[in-house]
Amino acid sequence: MSDTVPQAIVIGASAGALQALSALLPLLPADYPLPILIVVHIRPDRDSVLAHLFQSKCAIRVREADDKEPIQPGTVYFAPPDYHLLVEQDHTLSLSSEEPVFFSRPSIDVLFESAADAYGEALTGIVLTGANEDGAAGLKTIVDAGGTAIVQEPQGAYATAMPEAAIARCPQAKIMTIEDISAHLLDLGRNHPGRNSRS
Amino acid sequence: MSEEPVSGGLLSERVEDIEIHLLLEGLYRRYHYDFRNYAQASIKRRLRQAREQLGYRSISDLQHDVLHDPDMLPRLLSYLTVQVSEVFRDPSYFKAIREKVIPHLRTYPSLRIWIAGCSTGEELYSFVILFREEGLEQRTLFYATDINQDALAKAEAGIYDLERFKLFTENHRKSGGKSSLSDYYTAAYGKGAFDKSLRNRVVFSDHSLVTDAVFAEMHLISCRNVLIYFDRPLQDRAVGLFKDSLARKGFLGLGSKESLRFSEHAGSFSELAPGDKIYQRLDR
Repeated sequence: MSDTVPQAIVIGASAGALQALSALLPLLPADYPLPILIVVHIRPDRDSVLAHLFQSKCAIRVREADDKEPIQPGTVYFAPPDYHLLVEQDHTLSLSSEEPVFFSRPSIDVLFESAADAYGEALTGIVLTGANEDGAAGLKTIVDAGGTAIVQEPQGAYATAMPEAAIARCPQAKIMTIEDISAHLLDLGRNHPGRNSRS
Repeated sequence: MSEEPVSGGLLSERVEDIEIHLLLEGLYRRYHYDFRNYAQASIKRRLRQAREQLGYRSISDLQHDVLHDPDMLPRLLSYLTVQVSEVFRDPSYFKAIREKVIPHLRTYPSLRIWIAGCSTGEELYSFVILFREEGLEQRTLFYATDINQDALAKAEAGIYDLERFKLFTENHRKSGGKSSLSDYYTAAYGKGAFDKSLRNRVVFSDHSLVTDAVFAEMHLISCRNVLIYFDRPLQDRAVGLFKDSLARKGFLGLGSKESLRFSEHAGSFSELAPGDKIYQRLDR
């Protein structure tokens, strides 16, 4: 598994997401070599607020995902409110307004499962703070496809239910504090062969 | 669930991809339903759901029954076609229709409106109510089309769970509604039924954006959250169909995350209300 070059990171967060992501995303450099796809549970009418918020805080490019957009390295994509975000085999993004999953659209499971199909062992999935069970099944799919699973340590999380559900479903997951997760993300970038070579 | 070795997991994944490809090919050749150029990630997810919930061990087993038993087809179609909408969904879209499109449409003595991919009818009733409020209903013919017969039957019935009408009413108000939504439906036994007079000017029809052609000249086409399920070439086909169906200076409304930006037909349209994804067919 150590020979696999990581190709993408997916993150799911719910209650407490802003605080947790604020401890991760602003630390990433502008030339970070991996794409990061993020689902945050957010009210359907909060138009694009997450991308706007983090754009101003981050060196790395931050955008709201567009349908059929090719995934670029060094870019953070947020799922738009009221749409599921999925990854296609050709590493483009798709949106969908299928039924909510666990009352959520976007759903973390939907992103994780499609990304696991598209990236296999080259994917890292991270479940952060949250108060429901979304993301647990998706994280299991990532591990089954040979990818890496990381869960925020529940004690340090704003809401513990989501990381706990993920750990229960996916005991292989590495359990890390938010500081360890940010260090791990930076390591993934630093050791990446694509560093500084993106167009 | 037993832990599969990594290679076994990947191998079975590829088998599933083959199965999906074969099932979609079979559906097309047996029933002429063409999902082959739908965005694959979402189709795969829905086929997995169908396999699980219909109780099949594999997608091949599901395929066997669908090919041999036409009664299975509607059950599978209910998974493959997405049926999620609201009356006056995205109120700002309908507000833009009211403020920016209706003034143009008033200048025509007769109008044809196409709700493409109308699913269970929520979008259709939104338009008929809006046109009635604007005094245009009597000169308008509404075409409501979908590939799913069950969804069309629901659209034609116009009956929805009563609990949803709270949201519908709120949406209608935010869209600049000039009347009360309760004027248009009757509540009974936990359901709300739209008044049948709303269907006086409506033609319901089976039509596929993938395999069917232009059927009438339209002044406004609303097709929201349908194109996102298509791959790029299929999106181009559908937008080309809309282009060829629209009268000069006719209008096209898309979903809030859909756009013509990357379409090969982008040059045939101007953006009337960019934030609300309303386009106008150019003269040429």
